Amino acid sequence: MSDQKGLVPASHDSEGFEHDYNSGLAVVTADKIPDPGLEPHRVRMTDKSVKHENRAARQVFYWFMASAVGSVGSIVAYFAFPISSDLGTVHNNTFFMGLGIALGLFGIGFGAVHWAKTLMPDAEVAEPRHQTRGAEDVRARAVEIVSLANSESGFSRRKLIRRSLYGALAMFPLPALVLFKDMTTDPNPQGTLRHTMWTAGTRLALDPTGTPIKAADLTIGSVFHVIPEGLMPDGAHKDDYLEQKAKAAVLLVRVDPAQINSQKELDWGYNGIVAYSKICTHVGCPVALYEQHTHHLLCPCHQSTFDLANDCAVIFGPATRPLPQLQITVDAEGYLVAKGDFSEPVGPSFWERTAK
Amino acid sequence: MSNATSTAQKGGFLAGTANYLDERVGVGGILKEFGRKIFPDHWSFMLGEVALYSFLVLLLSGTFLTFFFQPAMTNVIYDGVYGPLKGAEMSIAYKSALDISFEVRGGLLMRELHHWAALLFVAAAGLHMMRVFFTGAFRKPREINWVVGFALFVLAMAGGFTGYSLPDDLLSGNGLRIIDGMIKGLPVIGAYVSSMLFGGEFPGHQIVARLYGLHILLIPAFILIFIVIHLFMVVIHKHTHYSGPGRRDDNVVGYPLMPVYVAKAGGFFFLVFGVLMLVAATVTINPIWLYGGYDPSPVSAGTQPDWYIGWADGALRLAPSHLEVTTGNYTWSWNILLPMIVLILLLVLVAAYPFFEAWVTGDKREHHVLDRPRNAPTRTAIGAAGMTFYAVLWAGASTDLIATHFALSLNHVLTTMQISLIVLPIIAFFITKRVCLSLQRKDREIVLHGRETGRIVRLPHGEYLEIHEPLDEYEMYKLVDFIDHKPDVARPNAQGKITLGARARAALSRFFFEDRVSPVSASELASAHPELDAVEHVETKALV
Amino acid sequence: MASLNRKSMFSRRRPFAAALVIAAGLLVTGGGYAAATTAVKAQQDPTVASQSQIDLGHKLFLANCASCHGKNAEGTKNAPTLIGVGAASVDFQVSSGRMPAQASGPQIQAKAAVFNDKEIAAMAAYVASLAPGPAIPTDAMVANNGDLTRGGQLFRTNCAMCHNAAGAGGALTQGKYAPALTDTGAKEMYEAMLTGPQNMPVFNDANLSPKDKKDIITYLVYLQQHPSVGGLSLDNLGPVAEGLFVWVAVLGGIIAITVWLGAKSN
Repeated sequence: MSDQKGLVPASHDSEGFEHDYNSGLAVVTADKIPDPGLEPHRVRMTDKSVKHENRAARQVFYWFMASAVGSVGSIVAYFAFPISSDLGTVHNNTFFMGLGIALGLFGIGFGAVHWAKTLMPDAEVAEPRHQTRGAEDVRARAVEIVSLANSESGFSRRKLIRRSLYGALAMFPLPALVLFKDMTTDPNPQGTLRHTMWTAGTRLALDPTGTPIKAADLTIGSVFHVIPEGLMPDGAHKDDYLEQKAKAAVLLVRVDPAQINSQKELDWGYNGIVAYSKICTHVGCPVALYEQHTHHLLCPCHQSTFDLANDCAVIFGPATRPLPQLQITVDAEGYLVAKGDFSEPVGPSFWERTAK
Repeated sequence: MSNATSTAQKGGFLAGTANYLDERVGVGGILKEFGRKIFPDHWSFMLGEVALYSFLVLLLSGTFLTFFFQPAMTNVIYDGVYGPLKGAEMSIAYKSALDISFEVRGGLLMRELHHWAALLFVAAAGLHMMRVFFTGAFRKPREINWVVGFALFVLAMAGGFTGYSLPDDLLSGNGLRIIDGMIKGLPVIGAYVSSMLFGGEFPGHQIVARLYGLHILLIPAFILIFIVIHLFMVVIHKHTHYSGPGRRDDNVVGYPLMPVYVAKAGGFFFLVFGVLMLVAATVTINPIWLYGGYDPSPVSAGTQPDWYIGWADGALRLAPSHLEVTTGNYTWSWNILLPMIVLILLLVLVAAYPFFEAWVTGDKREHHVLDRPRNAPTRTAIGAAGMTFYAVLWAGASTDLIATHFALSLNHVLTTMQISLIVLPIIAFFITKRVCLSLQRKDREIVLHGRETGRIVRLPHGEYLEIHEPLDEYEMYKLVDFIDHKPDVARPNAQGKITLGARARAALSRFFFEDRVSPVSASELASAHPELDAVEHVETKALV
Repeated sequence: MASLNRKSMFSRRRPFAAALVIAAGLLVTGGGYAAATTAVKAQQDPTVASQSQIDLGHKLFLANCASCHGKNAEGTKNAPTLIGVGAASVDFQVSSGRMPAQASGPQIQAKAAVFNDKEIAAMAAYVASLAPGPAIPTDAMVANNGDLTRGGQLFRTNCAMCHNAAGAGGALTQGKYAPALTDTGAKEMYEAMLTGPQNMPVFNDANLSPKDKKDIITYLVYLQQHPSVGGLSLDNLGPVAEGLFVWVAVLGGIIAITVWLGAKSN
């Protein structure tokens, strides 16, 4: 602590302490206004008059009685307000049981504190405080114990076994790594993220009803929430329904083709009908807020805004990448179908996203 | 021995019990040591207790909930009493949470109690931390306890978040979706960690049960252990007290544990519990039935985390656009990493502050008398800046609600917050520091010249004077008992070199203590007295 | 009960709906705007408007609307054309007080209606007479006797992202917002879905069939009629309101108690 050389040691504050510490940058003045000591005790009404004392005692009694009434009241409420299929009964049960228990608690609380404040002594007293640091002889004995333990065990002396112990200690948590590895059964998680349910010819269907959509169903300014046909909780993807939906959810919008600025967007769509992944490229919330006149898509979680007239490029908010577009066309019956899977992984970025 | 026993028996049941316990667990020694331990009394010393009691309420209500909650994600068809979900597909977890709400008597009360207690737990812990910070209670010997308390705060947030995610409704599911997206953004390991957490692809069938294990076992166990350490250290150090007459570093002034503090603190437990119960009975929290079961396609406007995760969500929202970069085959999601770094950095700074200030002041003494915030202007200003930074991040999580409720543009609100995040803490720092220094000068003024009374007297020769009332010695001591620091210059070490550390420390000491207002000294007071006497003299004359 | 609901929820659209769509398509005959869109429109109002009603509507239109929408409702640079928007649109905009608009801003706000029911009906009849468009729904179409569960599910998928899962409303970009639905009338809800006012997308009958719309209305009316069982709802604004409440009311109340607890008794 050479950088503290020259600082004034000790101070008035440690006068009662046996060990002097360096006071650092604190200014120690000899000229301090003296401490007058504890303020004289102010006598309460309850100390002065028996009438007040009795009244306070009565008040405490009332509080405790009120508590008992509240607790019993809550039990009464349990039976008096059973719950049925009428939801109003749930409210009554919650409300009256809660009020009863609350009164039971408040009664004890206010009673006890009122008792302490009015009837128990209220003169503040001082108790000495000692430094946390042990007395010198205690410290000396502690050092002695540690060096005795060291010499008896030979911990410092026996380098070989000490180092082998360190090695063993370093190795012992490692099995946990392999144990935890099996928290996932997916051998290639980043690969799984690359594919969705969409394949060439998969019909676009309404979420959640599963009705396939025809191109003629879309008017300008309308927005359809879309899933691949066949994605139903009790369908073929029964076991991974939500996992598939979390990647395959799509937003289908029809815009006047004249207002779309991107040729690619027009080419990948059908007569101004365009389909974009609904999963935000930021952290994956559904980007579902569509404004029909501005053609903006807003994510309600972190406010990333995508311009649907411009390849869904990010125009505001923390996202970076545009929403991936799903290539669509119509089949022989006029239903909208995907031309294939997304050309890039949907949803939030991950480390290997652009790797081949 | 037999004598003692017979005395005890004569003393009746209570004495008999005391004797029984003393002979088996030595309760006599424990009571002798702790029964009359002194605790200082101040409202701000109760905030930590609020957190502790909220935690007890959490344990009680949480245990009740575990009797009914089933943390499974298997699909079932809802056939309960809530009409708008009858026949809907949902997970067992969500169904059991609905059943607790609608089909268990007192179940909704316990769910709401648990959730309100969780919000209060973190809020009270946060406020307690602020109290400790602004009064300098973290100084030696309590630095380690500050870190323990800090760990408790982080654990409280973890406990809250894992609980928020359990009902498996639309709100909690979208919260997990965001966590999944953040984890995926981690360099190299992102996709793998996400897959391990969720047991495969998001959302999978595992996450609720896994978070449940953490929520009801691991996190509460850690919180309990840290609370024990935290309180054990309070016993070792004894509680701090505010500066004032008779309050010194080598004593503790207050009321004895038995009976006053047992009654006050014990009663306070019931009061905190009572407030939570009252709120649970009357105010809805997290109406999960409105959100429906989790489905990755829908989302609700106003999808926000509970308040204590708000600052993290705000950090995500405030990140500028287009931060993500691709180098070769790999993606750096700086739009996620930058907020994470900011959050971690803020946490590290909070945890490290006591050590930093101790290094700057070089003060190795034990401090048991608290600072009034104004008497440590730079620390108070740093705290205000930090709180402002946190508050902007926190407000950032409610940009959409701010926009709708104050008829503002969402985009303007966000942009304003991005600027505010940098600018406001700086402004807060300077304003707070100046306010502290002004208050200190006002204190000096009051000590030297007394309190203004508002009474104006006219002297015989026509001069007007306001009468100042002198302070009594107890009031005065409160205003002059504080530690004054002076900035230091860099000094050469033993080798005669001025190290970089010494230079930094000197610069920081100037930053901390350059503007300082010293406490009034005895001699200053003495030389100010004639003035006071004159006024007093005038007063007597005027009254005559 | 459960299985029945489930069937209706996930079964394909009923033949009734398909017939309706076809019928609607056949009814569409012309109008510049309508042609530019597609074949899907709601069916015409079965109650035929009388000529005198249309004349009254025309008069009101010229006096109150023409300055922005053009003398022949052809639209100006200040306001869109009303040809083909249908009676539903007029009824929605005027009876919710949005029209006539008062001030320009990011979004035209709802306020007390300026015209009475008869005048609104007349203006709607006039606009409907210009070109076919969505008609005002009948009382049966907006009755709250649809499928509650299905309505909730459709609401969450199609509406909650803007209007909030509890219908509490939410923010859009640049000062626009989706209003709260807590006081909205059933007819207004139907008309909004059908016509897509301002930046709200259009939910035509192929997207949300009349039955779907009725189910959604049933759900929303249920929410309006059933106060939260947990007590005060804090406007159903979610965790932000709850956080504010815990800091201000709960912690504030507890601090008041601590101050009382630490204060000395007299």
